[in-house]
Amino acid sequence: MKSTNERCACHAAPKLIFACSGAADVGAITDQAARKLTRDGVGKMFCLAGIGGRVSGIMKSTAAASAVLAIDGCPLCCAKHCLEDAGFGGFAHLQLEEIGMKKGKTPVTRNKVSKAAEAAAARLAEVYEAHE
Amino acid sequence: MKDLKILGTGCPKCQKLAETTEAAAKEMGIEYLIEKVTEINKIMEFGVMVTPALVVDGEVKVSGKVPGVDEIKIMLR
Repeated sequence: MKSTNERCACHAAPKLIFACSGAADVGAITDQAARKLTRDGVGKMFCLAGIGGRVSGIMKSTAAASAVLAIDGCPLCCAKHCLEDAGFGGFAHLQLEEIGMKKGKTPVTRNKVSKAAEAAAARLAEVYEAHE
Repeated sequence: MKDLKILGTGCPKCQKLAETTEAAAKEMGIEYLIEKVTEINKIMEFGVMVTPALVVDGEVKVSGKVPGVDEIKIMLR
């Protein structure tokens, strides 16, 4: 085993972000918002399919996260249900209709992605601060 | 033969998990092969974002903490 100063993931449990990444326009916005939040350093987008598939590494890493955020495009709330069915609770959740983005009526634009990312970051911060 | 992997870049927590896992395996008297995976890209291939992590026969059993010997024994069953 190395004993160097290379990057170590032991000390900072990440904030994990799951997007529904659904087929509709709002699903695409959740996906792009999650990627933007990752680029901006707010958290790290993680694979919702890994939760659905009960992939052990993804399940255990999610359990070890400092906070979890689910972003859903529409009221079906597939990401939220997926996490709950896998046994996770107490996570932050944003459904884009809450910020006026309706399924089928929300073209994917940079402004819409930024607005969704901003609202999602605020929701994540609320939960993270509540757990601190 | 249990295939055990310790995922972590080599900090004291990773080393502690390796030591505790070996102690548990020895107490149980099981045959095992232990490998330390220190390369971050290899670690992420397991879907692990938080280390240290213990993989038993390909399944991630714990991530982001160092359980005690008794808890690891349950994971090795």
